[in-house]
Amino acid sequence: MYDIKALYEASSVEDAIKLRLEHPDAQILAGGSDVLVQIREGKRAGKELISIYMIDELRGVTLTDSGDIRIGSLTSFSHITKNEIVKKYINVLGEAVDMVGSPQIRNIGTIGGNTCNGVTSADSASTLFALDALVELTGSSGKRIIPISDFYIKAGTVDIKPDEIQTAIIIPQEKYDGYKGHYIKYAMRNALDITTTGCSVNVKLCDDKKVFEDVRIAYGVAGPIPMRAKTAEAFIKGKAVTEDTALEFSKQVLNDINPRDSWRASKAFRQHLATELAYRALKECVKLCGGEM
Amino acid sequence: MVVGKSVKRIDAFDKVTGRTKYTDDLCDKSAYIAKVLHSTITHGKVLSVDTTEAEKIDGVVKIVTCFDVPKVYFPTAGHPWSTDVSHQDVADRLLLTDTVRFYGDDIAAVVAENEVAAQQALRAIKVEYEEYPFVLDVQEAMSDTAPLLHESFPNNILGHSAQSVGNYEEAIKEEGLIKFDNWYDTPTVQHCHIENHVCYASMENGRLTVVTSTQIPHIVRRVVGQALSLDWGKIRVVKPYIGGGFGNKQDVLYEPLCAYLSTVVGGRLVKIDSSREETFVCQRVRHAVRSHIITYTKPDGTFVARKLELFSNQGAYASHGHSIAAKGMGCFRQLYPCPNVEAECYTVFTNRPVAGAMRGYGIPQAMFAVESQIDDIAKGLNMSPLEIRQKNLMPVGYKDDFSKNVNYFDSFNQCIEKAKKYIDYDRKIEEYKNQSGNIRKGVGMAVFWYNTAVWPISLESSSSRMVLNQDGSISLQLGETEIGQGADTAFAQMAADSVGLTLDKVNVISCQDTDVTPFGTGAYASRQTYVGGLTIKQTGEMLKKRILDYASKLSEIDINELDIVDNNIVVTADNKVVMTVGELATTALYSMDDSRHITAESTYQIKSNAYSFGCCFADVEVDIRACKVKILDIINVHDCGKLINPQLAEAQVHGGMSMGIGYALSEQELFDSRSGRTLNNNLLDYKLSTFMDHPHLEAQFVENAEPTSAFGTKALGEPPACPVAPAIRNAVLHATGVAINTAPMTPHVLFEEFSKNGLI
Repeated sequence: MYDIKALYEASSVEDAIKLRLEHPDAQILAGGSDVLVQIREGKRAGKELISIYMIDELRGVTLTDSGDIRIGSLTSFSHITKNEIVKKYINVLGEAVDMVGSPQIRNIGTIGGNTCNGVTSADSASTLFALDALVELTGSSGKRIIPISDFYIKAGTVDIKPDEIQTAIIIPQEKYDGYKGHYIKYAMRNALDITTTGCSVNVKLCDDKKVFEDVRIAYGVAGPIPMRAKTAEAFIKGKAVTEDTALEFSKQVLNDINPRDSWRASKAFRQHLATELAYRALKECVKLCGGEM
Repeated sequence: MVVGKSVKRIDAFDKVTGRTKYTDDLCDKSAYIAKVLHSTITHGKVLSVDTTEAEKIDGVVKIVTCFDVPKVYFPTAGHPWSTDVSHQDVADRLLLTDTVRFYGDDIAAVVAENEVAAQQALRAIKVEYEEYPFVLDVQEAMSDTAPLLHESFPNNILGHSAQSVGNYEEAIKEEGLIKFDNWYDTPTVQHCHIENHVCYASMENGRLTVVTSTQIPHIVRRVVGQALSLDWGKIRVVKPYIGGGFGNKQDVLYEPLCAYLSTVVGGRLVKIDSSREETFVCQRVRHAVRSHIITYTKPDGTFVARKLELFSNQGAYASHGHSIAAKGMGCFRQLYPCPNVEAECYTVFTNRPVAGAMRGYGIPQAMFAVESQIDDIAKGLNMSPLEIRQKNLMPVGYKDDFSKNVNYFDSFNQCIEKAKKYIDYDRKIEEYKNQSGNIRKGVGMAVFWYNTAVWPISLESSSSRMVLNQDGSISLQLGETEIGQGADTAFAQMAADSVGLTLDKVNVISCQDTDVTPFGTGAYASRQTYVGGLTIKQTGEMLKKRILDYASKLSEIDINELDIVDNNIVVTADNKVVMTVGELATTALYSMDDSRHITAESTYQIKSNAYSFGCCFADVEVDIRACKVKILDIINVHDCGKLINPQLAEAQVHGGMSMGIGYALSEQELFDSRSGRTLNNNLLDYKLSTFMDHPHLEAQFVENAEPTSAFGTKALGEPPACPVAPAIRNAVLHATGVAINTAPMTPHVLFEEFSKNGLI
């Protein structure tokens, strides 16, 4: 039994916005794989809920006329992984969300919920950071599109106004075209686990595949929110595709990240992992791009 | 004959299709829901409990606090009761306590019409505490300045015992000996049975009925009686199918509280359904054990003198207490007999969750320490881990003076040979020589010692009843319990053979009901097939004799010329069928001349025990910079005597190996040093391994028929979990050269150790 004060079922995006204004204290419910767990733990017990789960217009992946990839916020992890557009252009995201929880969680959990939670360990988030994704929010005065790095404010807090819901994640064409990405989820077991440190890398090589044209690297659980390692990115731009470059790149990430000591892992271990994962993910991306190291 | 055959589990179809009813399925939906309020401090006194706001919540029926319950202390261990007062379990539990001894101790309970109201009430109760300092570490708890948990146990020592063979101090003076001095630590882990503990209770006509997910229904009856000061006969305990126990449910958990709560709401039906969080903290865990072993060897690897100090972390209450440490110590002396041994063990109270029985009962901890040190010695002497074991292991013919157990067979060598062959040991030892680089492979092994049942420490008896039905089938009742391991199927197979019936003619009454089920102490100590087999054979033969007696009367053939084979009464000389057992049964019941209800019931008390030995070999790959161990291949080989059902035996081994893998690599409860709280009391943060973390699990057997056993069988329930962790640890040692003396070998531990040893 769940301790829920009231449940309002939104039938459309407009309806959801109206319900949000009518019930300012209500919590938005998508797949429920986080919110219902929190209610069970007592953290959100006795609250009102606005379910947006029945709004089918928020589901699906499309390629827009401008070549951007638009993922409806209610698209489930398993649908993202199996989607042909995702597989063709941003397979790294499909792979990343395929590491969330269990098959059941991946069927019910949504990319919108994963990002709106505002947690650093979300498996979709670091890859979306590495892809420079945009977040689309819809409110009473229309749509607002912001970079994902602005969407995350602090641990557990994201930029959603009281009359808004998140309606899509957008990957602009120039951010994926010509890039290959790889995500490594480092966790304590091979399934059903929370990320100790997650590392997502996107690489674009020059035509001769000998030089790094552009690299983006992002982490989960290297700080309070997902983050990019910009010093490392700046370092590697234009560098030769060599083992030494990869090793130096992986060390450079320590200038950017800020993991903490917790009972889940020590700072020293997380720093070691961040370095190791940067090296391994970069190497895999080079391979996917057809380069050699 | 069906013993020895891999017949299908008799409960398989219903379990797989979801038809099987477990405790919670059987509870009437009108039940009141009870929830327990747990302390949010680790050590101290409850000064007051304010229930004013909680009582106002709609649906709340009754709130009981630690100040309301009777001050009657009771024991909880699932041990047979002892009529000798000095051997009785320590009685240190109250239904609810005003002295808090661990974070999560039970201090109040709410009875409500539904779960939501009960939860809301828990959040609305205000508790005032006086806090005391607490202690979590086993050796710190023994110091004179440590906070004391129980007044009658100075230095928090619940139990201390020692064993001595030869003269250790003299022996170590011999010149040229090599000394190995090591410490090993094993973690606090939890059983993680899928079905959390659940029970419900109600009263009718002055009698209490408790339905519970337990391994030990007859013991629960006694303890509920003790806790509530009720006559034991006024209590009826019913045990339906259960979703795993592994020892946690070999303790009395919330049954007494649930029964008590029913009595304070007019005998209404009250249910306590524990959450996973409560299961981790408020029930039982496996003792974390710290072992210090010193071994003096000759340069050729012969053990000259050995010393063990073992510190077992009991947590806050006595539960099974010192018997776990004592079992671990007993194994030390026997597994590698050495002319000079000094061993002592301590069981020490700390402010951790309560430790009780868990699969292996002290032996997984002991094996981690003992078998790790054997490899450390082998490495130090530059000897093969196999050679040093073969030199020092318990020889054939060894007899233990205390248990009277005899090592009748060359089980160790036979098991090792099979495992070696499977894992291709010799070739891999060669192949994995001189590795460098980030990925390194290794093979490791460990043996284990186990004994079957609890004789001579406790009572070992078992009772069974067989009733001949009108159609010639029998109904079988036993006090021993099906807890998912397949006991009912093994019992049915043994009963079928004992009477002369086919398996389909045996109806096992799976559910124990202490009002009607013959007495038996339940599922623990890997005892049931061994002890249950003896009573089944005895009762089966009694029933058979009664059937043949009637057959003789009907057929006018001498009873000595008759037998029962495949449901038929036959003449032994020519196997001619006289009549079917079905025809006989119908006649017997409805005869106007001589009506008989043919039944048999008997108790078998055993005064023996049996060694159950085997080994584990593991082949691993270590990714050094990722600080991860991948198990490439792993095998357990057991000599558990004759197999009753090979497929079930194999499944039993798989489960134990899985637990062993978690014990080696990932499972442990973590405690906050500042608050004493358990940090990871859920299945996300407690890293129970999944089948994505397992390779194929190979189970093989050596079948030396156990002479003391009715069907040649002996312990297999717990042994599979015993050798796995040290085998993996030794494989990591082989791969990397790093000896890790702490289980589990998590990436955190490996990071520290590999850094320290210059690998990272």
